[in-house]
Amino acid sequence: MAAMAFMHYLPNGKVCTIPVMKPAPLDILPATSVAHALSLLGEHGDQARLIAGGQSLMPILAMRLAAPAILIDINGIADLRGIRLEADGSVLIGALTRHRDLERSPLLAERLPLIAAAMPWIAHVQIRNRGTLGGSLSHADPAAELPALCIALCATIELHSPRGVRQIAADDFFQGVFATARADDELLTAVRVPATTPAQRWAFIELARRHGDFALCGIALTADCSPTGAVTQARIVVFGVSDCPRRLPHLESAIVGSAPSPASIDQAMQSLDTVEARSDHHASSEYRLELLATLARRALRQAFGFDERTAP
Amino acid sequence: MNPSREITLRVNGNTVRAVCETRTTLLDFLRDHAGLTGTHAGCEHGVCGACTVQLDGASVRACLLFAAQVGEGQITTVEGLAPPGAMTDLQQAFRRHHALQCGFCTPGMLMTADALLRETPHPDEAAVRAALSGNLCRCTGYQPIIEAVLDCAEARGARS
Repeated sequence: MAAMAFMHYLPNGKVCTIPVMKPAPLDILPATSVAHALSLLGEHGDQARLIAGGQSLMPILAMRLAAPAILIDINGIADLRGIRLEADGSVLIGALTRHRDLERSPLLAERLPLIAAAMPWIAHVQIRNRGTLGGSLSHADPAAELPALCIALCATIELHSPRGVRQIAADDFFQGVFATARADDELLTAVRVPATTPAQRWAFIELARRHGDFALCGIALTADCSPTGAVTQARIVVFGVSDCPRRLPHLESAIVGSAPSPASIDQAMQSLDTVEARSDHHASSEYRLELLATLARRALRQAFGFDERTAP
Repeated sequence: MNPSREITLRVNGNTVRAVCETRTTLLDFLRDHAGLTGTHAGCEHGVCGACTVQLDGASVRACLLFAAQVGEGQITTVEGLAPPGAMTDLQQAFRRHHALQCGFCTPGMLMTADALLRETPHPDEAAVRAALSGNLCRCTGYQPIIEAVLDCAEARGARS
């Protein structure tokens, strides 16, 4: 049977004995530990790419936008998988934790309901069954949800390299389209999300033409409140609009200081930040900016209980 | 010589062994090496869902996974749903509801819906639509497919 596999009938009637392959020739080296992955990365340098769930990398390989000679497969590193509650109340999520594990984690549903609420919006179930947290963050698609969630939740990203371990705030990690602060010899190993208080308000909204498609615009927000209900700190993050997820510092400042009302939210919207919006065949920049204003207002109303809708 | 290796996979309860290039996707392995052409090659970059199979019971896109990465995982393809010549209740519901026309998307639809019903035996229409959102169909307009899945779930509920 295997021999037959190499025969392909071409439109001109000839038989091609070389299989038609989407990715360029490559080798796959399974890494067994973080140290092993780092040593393989060091050995092969820019010949190699790390592969986790592969749900973004495989299309890139299939279209030959990249043609690495070697893939370092980190799926076998068991230490990198799992969700753990730390003694200080923070949640540590291994980089190889798959989207579906995030989606179905009782711990996240209880401690980080923002993540639980956002997960079903990420791609389609087949993608979520394979895709990983670390892969999504490293890939840094401008329309991806997880980078925005990490910023909204004040998360810290852990990177290992032969030089040691470093922690970097999600605020500083995302630098542009598919661009992050990760150095070529570094492996993203975990994400730490600080403990949230029951008083924290949150909202997640995105709009895509079809469920699971890339977001045209999305908002992830958290707001800490005092016992009187006054907002003490807010993180409002937009994704899908700019080159990477962006906080809206003017809007954040406008909402901090008092207990929001529908009128004060409308007032705060006057301070909405100026954002550089992408234009592509999915949506014009003007449309994305309209969405930004609509969804940011709606997210604020949702977070403070003035809007029962959970979807745009 | 391009990097190649011998790959042994467990597919529909059988063991399939083949020497192939390391870059062989699970999709190409199933079609070209295991002779299981029920899994359809559509876009081959993760958009259309035609190649959906199950890996340890979870629906995955066979084009977004290298065969060499599957390891000990159990693969189920559309051929593995029912014995040859037979149909599962889900497949029968597809036939009853005319949930296919050209049939190209059907194996992917079935594998996704089969995994859905195992996980969520009584989905509402919104849950079925969300679950099938990653499978494109250009014939049916989706409505008969949704109805088939809901009907199958209802019939299973009535039986149990």
